[in-house]
Amino acid sequence: MPEPGHETKLLLDDLRKVYPGLPVLDGVTFDVAPGEFVSVIGPSGCGKSTLFNVIAGLERPDSGRVLVDGDDATGHVEPFAYMPQQDLLFPWRTVLDNTTLGLEVAGMSRRAARERARPLFAEFGLDGFESAHPYELSGGMRQRAALLRTVVQDRAVLLLDEPFGALDSLTRTDMQTWLDGVRGRFGWTVLLITHDIREAVFLSDRVVVLGPRPTRVQREVTVDLPRPRDIGLITSAEFAAIEEELLTVLRDRSR
Amino acid sequence: MSVRRTGGLRTVSAVVPSLVLVALGLVAWQWYVTAADVRPQILPSPLRVATQGWAFREQLWANTLPTLQVTAVGFGVSLALGWALAVAVDFSPWLRRALTPLLVASQTLPIIAIAPLLIIWFGFGLLPKVLVIALVTFFPIAVGLIEGFAATDRQATNLLRSMGASRWKQFRYVRLPGAMPSFFTALRIGITYAVTGAIFAEYVGATAGLGIFMSLQKNSFRTDLVLAAVVVTALLSVTLFVLTYLVQRLVIPWHGKERRRA
Repeated sequence: MPEPGHETKLLLDDLRKVYPGLPVLDGVTFDVAPGEFVSVIGPSGCGKSTLFNVIAGLERPDSGRVLVDGDDATGHVEPFAYMPQQDLLFPWRTVLDNTTLGLEVAGMSRRAARERARPLFAEFGLDGFESAHPYELSGGMRQRAALLRTVVQDRAVLLLDEPFGALDSLTRTDMQTWLDGVRGRFGWTVLLITHDIREAVFLSDRVVVLGPRPTRVQREVTVDLPRPRDIGLITSAEFAAIEEELLTVLRDRSR
Repeated sequence: MSVRRTGGLRTVSAVVPSLVLVALGLVAWQWYVTAADVRPQILPSPLRVATQGWAFREQLWANTLPTLQVTAVGFGVSLALGWALAVAVDFSPWLRRALTPLLVASQTLPIIAIAPLLIIWFGFGLLPKVLVIALVTFFPIAVGLIEGFAATDRQATNLLRSMGASRWKQFRYVRLPGAMPSFFTALRIGITYAVTGAIFAEYVGATAGLGIFMSLQKNSFRTDLVLAAVVVTALLSVTLFVLTYLVQRLVIPWHGKERRRA
């Protein structure tokens, strides 16, 4: 729980969810500070995706609350920009028009939406691909376009659900380094789901470890490593120690 | 430009085997009719079908136009109905449950028995023929669309919902464009059924059209002219079929390109 005076952007307060005959969330509680990058890891099938759907307002919890800036946002989609595992770029839209989809859905004119998204293309390494179609992009570019579509909506919290899961390891490392840099410049508040412990440590200020289903928070580990993070950091003793700690918690719990 | 040319070449080389097979069949047929001295009332030679068909070209053409018109109107009605129904079903789970069994039932109707009744009820005009065509083609179109809408990725729906999209906006931005490839497949199935349906409806009773032309020529043992009309019908179907690809390329240019990449 946050201490008094501790700034909180997002607070998950005792979230519980039971599907018929299948308890999934057993009182999940943690918080995220403004501009903080928090990763959620846990054994597969523990309910991470359900937790994300509940936070994103796509599903309602049976009990518990989601608070954003102190206001009840349970079941609300507006405070969150959600990036699913697949890039879900639509082949009938150009790359630029894919990135503006959220703005158009929100009622912005196509022209205004394009003017808002276009300046971000250079930062996202997509310069010159505005009028290309998604099938002309590499895997890494597709993910960056999907992330651009997510952040351009200018929501309070970014929810990233294993955004790099489908990429090869080299592209994945590049994307992680790039994401760390760009996030630092924009100051986004990010909640990331991942299977990849190394990815979680590399990107996060804090890692939340969930237990097996029905899930709750097992451990929160602060990653006190300098930023911007460099790929060489992975081989440092501090990095290895944190990785080891997370691995131990996960292994004990899944036994 | 070069892409288009290789695409055209590929289409040509794709039909070559069929053309060879057809040519071989025609040669065998011609040879058999000549060798066995079959009476043309029973089986005319392909050459005779061609020459007589050419001699009667004006009559054939005069009967092709009404068939084409009936096909167009009937298929148009079918498209309008299919779209309206599919969209309604996509928005209402209740309608989906209510209409799916009826849709399937409409396909079990024996058209061969219903068509003469439609003529009795509605006369020799356009209406009964349009009804026959609609009855035959409406099912593949409605089902193609309904399944196309429903095939929308769950994650895509979630993405749209997270953006705050209403059901209508989910439909407009994702379900509708996503269903277009499936729609064009259904359209191709439907259009071939439509021509056959038109011929059949005319065969039962009409004042003009390829169907009634075949029926009359059969009654006067002009087997060669029946077969000539069959050839015209086949050409008509193939033309309409090819046309759907052209329309598809205009409406969803992204589809073919995407598939070739993948």
